[in-house]
Amino acid sequence: MNFTPKKTNISTAVRVPKKVQQVPGVPPKAAGTARAELAQEWQQADVSEATDLWRPSLVGIKKGSKEPIRDRLIFWDWTAGIKSSSLMNPISDCLGHPEKRKAKVQFDWQDALCLESQLTEEETMIRDTFRTYCQDKLMPRILLANRNEVFHREILTEMGELGVLGPTIKGYGCAGTSYVAYGLIAREVERVDSAYRSVMSVQSSLVMHPIYAYGSEEQKQKYLPKLATGELLGCFGLTEPNHGSDPGSMETRARYNPSSRTFTLNGSKTWITNSPMADVCVVWAKCEDGKVRGFILERGLKGLSTPKIEGKFSLRASTTGMIIMEDVEVPEDCLLPHASGLAGPFGCLNNARYGISWGALGAAEFCFHTARQYTLDRIQFGVPLARNQLIQKKMADMLTEISIGLQACLQLGRLIDQKKSAPEMVSMLKRNSCGKALDIARQCRDMLGGNGIADEYHVIRHVMNLEAVNTYEDDENVRQSCTVNGKLKSGTVNLDSEAS
Amino acid sequence: MSARVLVGVKRVIDYAVKIRVKPDKTGVVTDGVKHSMNPFCEIAVEEAVRLKEKKLIKEVIAVSCGPQQSQETIRTALAMGADRGIHVDVSGKDYENLGPLQVSKILAALAKKEDVRLIILGKQAIDDDCNQTGQMTAALLDWPQGTFASQVDFQEDSLKVEREIDGGLETIKIKMPAVVTADLRLNEPRYATLPNIMKAKKKKIDTVKPSDLGVDLSPQLEVLSVEEPSQRQAGVKVETVEDLIKKLRDSGRI
Repeated sequence: MNFTPKKTNISTAVRVPKKVQQVPGVPPKAAGTARAELAQEWQQADVSEATDLWRPSLVGIKKGSKEPIRDRLIFWDWTAGIKSSSLMNPISDCLGHPEKRKAKVQFDWQDALCLESQLTEEETMIRDTFRTYCQDKLMPRILLANRNEVFHREILTEMGELGVLGPTIKGYGCAGTSYVAYGLIAREVERVDSAYRSVMSVQSSLVMHPIYAYGSEEQKQKYLPKLATGELLGCFGLTEPNHGSDPGSMETRARYNPSSRTFTLNGSKTWITNSPMADVCVVWAKCEDGKVRGFILERGLKGLSTPKIEGKFSLRASTTGMIIMEDVEVPEDCLLPHASGLAGPFGCLNNARYGISWGALGAAEFCFHTARQYTLDRIQFGVPLARNQLIQKKMADMLTEISIGLQACLQLGRLIDQKKSAPEMVSMLKRNSCGKALDIARQCRDMLGGNGIADEYHVIRHVMNLEAVNTYEDDENVRQSCTVNGKLKSGTVNLDSEAS
Repeated sequence: MSARVLVGVKRVIDYAVKIRVKPDKTGVVTDGVKHSMNPFCEIAVEEAVRLKEKKLIKEVIAVSCGPQQSQETIRTALAMGADRGIHVDVSGKDYENLGPLQVSKILAALAKKEDVRLIILGKQAIDDDCNQTGQMTAALLDWPQGTFASQVDFQEDSLKVEREIDGGLETIKIKMPAVVTADLRLNEPRYATLPNIMKAKKKKIDTVKPSDLGVDLSPQLEVLSVEEPSQRQAGVKVETVEDLIKKLRDSGRI
């Protein structure tokens, strides 16, 4: 039998690895593969110019292809995890058909559900002007203001000049815009910092609003114009050291003295934004008939002191303190005549809570944008962090929550403008916005890694602030009740109990 | 004191946006891109409004040439303090070919129609960087011009304009009616306040067509291609000064 062994060609029998350039960050055994070429191109591509969150796909990429990755804009439907053919066809992109790339409606990650198209021209102009102001004037201050716990009183005056204090009030030097515009303003301020938005909310919703809604004409004329220009700084005193979620059982007492036609107030309030520097305090106290009423106290009254609360790790750019009243005597015309019972302060808080539901999403948007840019810029193992699916999944979730939250807030704003809203709606959205924003901020902090804890990257500041924002004005774990005419009306659902 | 001022405002792509060249190289991508008022036009509006606040002029008219969206730019000018607006409706092919010559013809016609004593424009637009409209308008009207103005002093019948030129600052006195173009250091534009934005809704914007003004918009220029600037090349380090000189000589630079 003739058995001739097949001649083996040594060069083909043994796989000779191609000599390829070592790409930093790519393991040697991956050299020569499409992945290594990808990594090389990534390192040369100017990722900072990417305006869309894109990731290169290995689908259709030929080894040695000279086509720059930048031309391949591929959108992935992250939430579905599959390539959405309704948007763009990634395969045709890889084959390089630029004409097919342009879909009729472009997805804009900065405004996913086209909130822009739902705003009136006036609201857009207000938002744009105020956004420019916040980025130009507030953003440069915030780093050191937060680090050194400095409150810049001047910002009130600046905001007053712009007319954004008490924007929904008609007359008395105020603009009289819609509630949607107020929400947009709050979102722009909180994009910079929650402390600045707290200051603005307190001034607008918690000081100007009660005077406007419950005050006498003299009180309105006396205080509102000066509060609107920022000449006077106000604060709102409801919370007490022992009564936070439960203001109804407050210990601050107001005793009427018929002989001198004055009220004597005794008690203490805590966690009052602005109080150490406030000129005017709107304080809520229980009268002898058991009803809670509001009083306008001015700085300089005997027995009134406002010590600062030190050592705060949240909302550091605004000043918070207590209001201590020891036999403070005020004339009876300091009483807010049209507020009686808890409906008074709750109406104000509702107003502020609405602003917060927009604002928290502004903070979330900032964190999301920062994390997005960071993960695009940061190259590890030869590719940007944004290349990783886990990061992309988190980004998709964030974008979804922010977009949905904003739509809800817009609808709420429109309802309030039409006077068709209920307080429960506001509570519901405040809880949603703050909870989601806190989660988003924490995840963004995580994505920024070690750099995430440095205040230069700003995200950690939002994480700290949102802890407070989530808690104040209605902690998510407590059932909020509205006592109206003695009847108990439940507000936010208690997470623990089934029956609510 | 019965002087009217015409201020030209242009709607351009916002300065913060990253520009993309269209794949067919005919221009830049403008669809869905954020637009805003030309920064030099903002300075011009601010100057006009300040003159009005000092009671040196009676009325500020803001003008913009372009499609429907230009009205937003006029609204911004109204929110800053202009009294009324004129929107010259130019759209489609005419808008793509709209250049300084056409705009200056329109402004000249409007200046005559509205009996204007002073035209304040931005020195140039940030999209085309032409720096021609102010000069051409003055020539068409045969008015004196104070360009690159960093300070404007309003006197009885004349203006004292301090101009920023290459060698430093030049102060000239020009008789009114005149054209002034605003440079960066003329003033710092104000933020439109909320009450003013609300008031701007009620101010009037008239729409006119270029044909109503008797202006011919036919283009004199044709854009052949628009390309991105070439990518920046990596630098080279040399050890000594002699090496540097040698390299420069070799590449023909010196």
